[in-house]
Amino acid sequence: MVILPEDQQSAEIMEMVSLDELCRMCRVQSHWIIELVAEGILEPEGNEKSTWLFTTKCISRTRIAWRLKEDLGVNEAGIAIVLELLDERESLQHRWSRTD
Amino acid sequence: MDYKDYYQILDIDRSATQDAVKTAYRKLARKYHPDINKESGAEDKFKELGEAYEVLKDTKKRAAYDQLGAEWKSSQNFEAPPHWDTGFKHSGRRDGADRAEFSDFFETLFRREQGGPQQGKQHYEFHAQGEDHHAKIEIALTDSYAGATRSLSLSSPQLDANGHVTVKSRSINVKIPKGVVEGQHIRLAGQGAPGAGKGQSGDLYLEVQFAKDPIYRVIGTDVYLDLPISPWEAALGSKIKIPTPIGNVEMSIPKNSRSGQKLRLKKRGIPAKAPGDLFAVLQIVVPAAKSEKDTELYTQMSRQMKFNPRERLGV
Repeated sequence: MVILPEDQQSAEIMEMVSLDELCRMCRVQSHWIIELVAEGILEPEGNEKSTWLFTTKCISRTRIAWRLKEDLGVNEAGIAIVLELLDERESLQHRWSRTD
Repeated sequence: MDYKDYYQILDIDRSATQDAVKTAYRKLARKYHPDINKESGAEDKFKELGEAYEVLKDTKKRAAYDQLGAEWKSSQNFEAPPHWDTGFKHSGRRDGADRAEFSDFFETLFRREQGGPQQGKQHYEFHAQGEDHHAKIEIALTDSYAGATRSLSLSSPQLDANGHVTVKSRSINVKIPKGVVEGQHIRLAGQGAPGAGKGQSGDLYLEVQFAKDPIYRVIGTDVYLDLPISPWEAALGSKIKIPTPIGNVEMSIPKNSRSGQKLRLKKRGIPAKAPGDLFAVLQIVVPAAKSEKDTELYTQMSRQMKFNPRERLGV
């Protein structure tokens, strides 16, 4: 048996999360996640809600979406546009920094 | 403690209507929201706006605040007069929001009734799972190739025996598993906020970000590298040494390669469960004619080779 030093914390990469896990981690209700899926903001694998699996990128996406709703009063359609534009801005900045 | 001029923060007159307060807040909040504005300082500005709005949107808090008078200047040293809010009823609790930390100024004026150890006798047992914490961790691309150990310092508020909140710092060593990609989350079980009673501690989630790399760029699990080659290496084909994040490898350049072509090294990308590929994007670099002999060679090429690089432009 390998004994790690007391403060050595081994970490686990999270692969996919279920609807329940996503709700718990982002502290939101499942009906709101279902709305985000209906709006195309989150795209889980699996056809049934009970078997939905989300990539862990969805965790940050959901948290940003919630802040946009809470802080700025943006609705779901607006959140979708904001997230798309943020993605686009990021990839442009990536390209810009390459040519710099 | 510094005085905060909430009207100045929202850029409105002291006589602004409640509607005008809301409009001003919304406008500035959109501008400085930390998810939208990545400039440094935006987050602090956003918190300041939130605090100003918290007071001015509530007519009772606003009336109490107004009572302090208009002669105070921002950042002026301030002490609340005794019984400053007599006759004004307002609650220090904020609805819902849990992430902003407000200034001492706000805490002193509006949160007194919340602070301090709980009065009264509460003998029932209370257990609750601690909150999860979310943070970002920046790692080098090589850390994902080889795995790494990083020291993280965490600070978290903790209740001492007397019910006072103290901030405890501790440092933990985190083993970064091999094969993580950007946007992925690493879970550290039990490293979030401590639970109440016998409740378990929450978890700590670290969102992985790669530090900017001067050579490689990463898309998902695939890694890209701009690979400069000489015109003769491109034309004749060659075997050259190329770097990867974990050491050099040999690669064959096929005959008559073009700039912009991508050559793939299978499974040399990020070693995730499904490993990514490494792509070398060819960039033909033309050497300058530095000597008479070089010039002679270029002249010979221009005579010998029937080559019009602008054929597609129709000229």
